[in-house]
Amino acid sequence: MDDIDRRLMHATQAGLPLTAEPYQRLAEQLGLSAAEVMARLTAMQDQGIIRRIGAVPNHYQLGYRFNGMSVWDVPDGQIDELGRQVGQLPFVSHCYQRPRHLPEWPYNLFAMVHGKTQTEADSQIAQIADVLGTANRANQVLYSTKILKKTGFRSP
Amino acid sequence: MDDIDRNIINTLQKGFPICEAPYLKIAITLHITETELLDRLKNLLANGTLTRFGPLYNAEQLGGGLTLAAVKAPNDRFDEIAGIINAYPEVAHNYARNHELNIWFVIATETPEHVEKTIRAIAQQTGLTVYNMPKLKEYFVNLQLEA
Repeated sequence: MDDIDRRLMHATQAGLPLTAEPYQRLAEQLGLSAAEVMARLTAMQDQGIIRRIGAVPNHYQLGYRFNGMSVWDVPDGQIDELGRQVGQLPFVSHCYQRPRHLPEWPYNLFAMVHGKTQTEADSQIAQIADVLGTANRANQVLYSTKILKKTGFRSP
Repeated sequence: MDDIDRNIINTLQKGFPICEAPYLKIAITLHITETELLDRLKNLLANGTLTRFGPLYNAEQLGGGLTLAAVKAPNDRFDEIAGIINAYPEVAHNYARNHELNIWFVIATETPEHVEKTIRAIAQQTGLTVYNMPKLKEYFVNLQLEA
């Protein structure tokens, strides 16, 4: 990634221009050719610097009112296998290992679920609990009650 | 929001072409005109159905720092604390959650070292303990939700 890529990133931080030829528009802003803008965006996408070009919906507006961060305390020796299994459940959007903060926060496995109803979310949590079985020593679900801020960087 | 809007949202979550007239290309697959697609997209962004449309950058791949952090904001200081945290440009996302740890935010910085600095600054300015929970391993990510 060089300075031109960085300028391209800053120019698209707020989003892609909503005009018929958005890459041409960016090119004009940056003093480049449209071909170069397209080549650089393609390269950044291939390298994974750009995860994808696309739309990010507000979960709530799509009717997903029950966005739960489920957190689980599972043995460190089993977490990789269990994390992969939980990540394969179709309704899990993110699944990560994160550090515990003992004694008050014993949870090391995080899985995000999204339901349109509480019943749907409860059922998703129950399915995760089934996958974890006796490896689940404690768990909680933290529901988001409000989006306070959301910008273009992806969630970790 | 009607079926055409839903179709647009579902299609554009999957990705967007890099070509001279990408909106036209998508419009054709959706059986609408390029103008209608652009108008509807502007409207979906303006009314908050979409929070963003464009390249989604991966902070870690940029060589930057990234973490998830949380604080316990007392109820009577919630708005003040949320305001302090949101004012940091390093804070990319911020969510209120129903827990004693009631504010959860993502910090994305240009260098890994800057994460710690931002956490210290937020701790100092709010007077709260900031619980740092960086990702240790990623097992799955797929951000798409069906409209």
